Amino acid sequence: MAMTIAEKILARAADRPSVQPGDFVWARVDQTNAGAGELRVLDELGIKRLAAPETVWATSDHYAPATDEHYANQDNRLRHYVRQYGITNFFEYGRHGIAHQLFGEHGAMLPGTLSAMSDSHSTSGGVFNCFATPIGSETAFVLATGLLWLQVPETIRIELSGTLGPLCYGKDVVLTVLKEVGSEVGIYRAFEFGGSGLRSLTVASRWTLSNMGIELGAKAAICEHDEVLEAYLRERTTRPYQPVSPDPGCRYVRHHRINLDGLPPLIACPDDPTNVQPAAEVEGRNVKVSQVFLGSCTNGRLEDLEVAARILHGRRVHPDVRMIVSPASQGVWREANARGVLQTLAEAGALVAHSTCGPCFGGHLGVLGDGDVCMSSSNRNYRGRMGSAEASVYLGNAATVAATAVAGRIIDPRSLIQEG
Amino acid sequence: MTPSIRGRVWKFGDNISTDLMLPGRITYPVMAGQVSPEEAATHCMSANRPGWYKLVRSGDIIVGGANFGAGSGRPAHLPLQALGIRIVLAESVARLFYRNCINGGFLVIACPGIGALVEEGDTVDVRLRDGVVSHPGSGRTLTFPALPPDSPPMEILRAGGLIPYMKARLGLNTNSG
Repeated sequence: MAMTIAEKILARAADRPSVQPGDFVWARVDQTNAGAGELRVLDELGIKRLAAPETVWATSDHYAPATDEHYANQDNRLRHYVRQYGITNFFEYGRHGIAHQLFGEHGAMLPGTLSAMSDSHSTSGGVFNCFATPIGSETAFVLATGLLWLQVPETIRIELSGTLGPLCYGKDVVLTVLKEVGSEVGIYRAFEFGGSGLRSLTVASRWTLSNMGIELGAKAAICEHDEVLEAYLRERTTRPYQPVSPDPGCRYVRHHRINLDGLPPLIACPDDPTNVQPAAEVEGRNVKVSQVFLGSCTNGRLEDLEVAARILHGRRVHPDVRMIVSPASQGVWREANARGVLQTLAEAGALVAHSTCGPCFGGHLGVLGDGDVCMSSSNRNYRGRMGSAEASVYLGNAATVAATAVAGRIIDPRSLIQEG
Repeated sequence: MTPSIRGRVWKFGDNISTDLMLPGRITYPVMAGQVSPEEAATHCMSANRPGWYKLVRSGDIIVGGANFGAGSGRPAHLPLQALGIRIVLAESVARLFYRNCINGGFLVIACPGIGALVEEGDTVDVRLRDGVVSHPGSGRTLTFPALPPDSPPMEILRAGGLIPYMKARLGLNTNSG
């Protein structure tokens, strides 16, 4: 039977010759994560061993490093459990990062495999041609059994063609999909990104596509495999894997074609990621900002920091604006530092911090207050997401964030920079 | 599972996110057991409907729009459970929220057409086994696809949530640990 990428991966993980949408399967998980909470559940249940400790990855990212005593104690519990349960893929502060970025950098999620992690942005692993799905605290069950139930999803194919213009990135592609498909059609479904347009994107840009799959409602958001991905992974792991392509004649519940030629920089306006408008239109409304945020698992990669640094080089962050930068991992931090990127951002007046999820979810490191307006490279702009319910959040690519930081109001980065 | 559920309806719109139900700043304290679900409930929907939590009575029902539970993987059903919300019926339900609800033994059902059936303050009857919602006020009914009885999510719900299911499946003595 002809199957989509999602169906082929789930058939293999469930040890079946084939599966079809609607089937309930028990699948073996190839990669998962562990937090203090889930491990405590296991400990309290008297479970002494993890089903497959070598498949388990752990770090602290939401309040990194501990922002108060309570999180310090939680981190200590995680360190204790990591030793108790023999988890070797553990990353201490300084070597840490946002899980989706950090684990990906270390080759944790591989083509053709099933990844199931707690955090909602675990769809990110789809960039690696992996069925990567968020499961909340159900990771406790996966840690104990190595198994996960799934209902095989229908697949929506997103066929990309063309190439992006200057100052446009993966963020603009996924915002286009959010605008065209909305956040409801994708619920319970898998997205499959492919085509010549996908192959024209950097791994960093593709990562943003899979990352915001969750904003599309997706169970997984899987990219096709190619030689660009192959080169990325070969630098990071020696483990074998089997890339997966869709079978000719497989069934898609929907098929969308998106031409990247001529896409403009886009912005998701308050209070929903599907409220997408061209940056130029938002610029016309003269929206003044008080904060800009460059970071998160969505757009805190080296590519994003370099784009921002090119724009901010020789310019200054607007006097009425604070700019917060938090690389997606300490690996990104180190590389950006070695290339002088962090220096450029700091000279322009940005606050360059360490890697953490903090600002994106209103946890710490630049929580928004009443009346704040933030231009952010992150993934969600629901009311109250980054702090006060009286704040507004706009989402866009790294160039839009940097150009807005300079202008003090939201602008299309092409208004500031002519790049050919 | 209770065969029939009757309750008073609170209506919410589309894309009600888990950030609204359980704001980020208290999520992790809740998950670590530092803040009780009851205390968290006083923040529930505070950004979109301040003071709502004071009006809710145990046994009430939420009727949501499309994509109810959008967003993060946090256990956003906990404050709803703490408020005594008996069940959520929505036009569509975000997947991760749905999964967390099943694991928490909290009922949430995708029930297309529910928004047109009832108004806020109405009473509705939900018959889970038959997959029927009825609106005594108008006599109208609506059906929804029930989960197959032998499906994993139904087994987890029948066990009362993921932890009791896990104990049963792994043959763990409930007194252990």
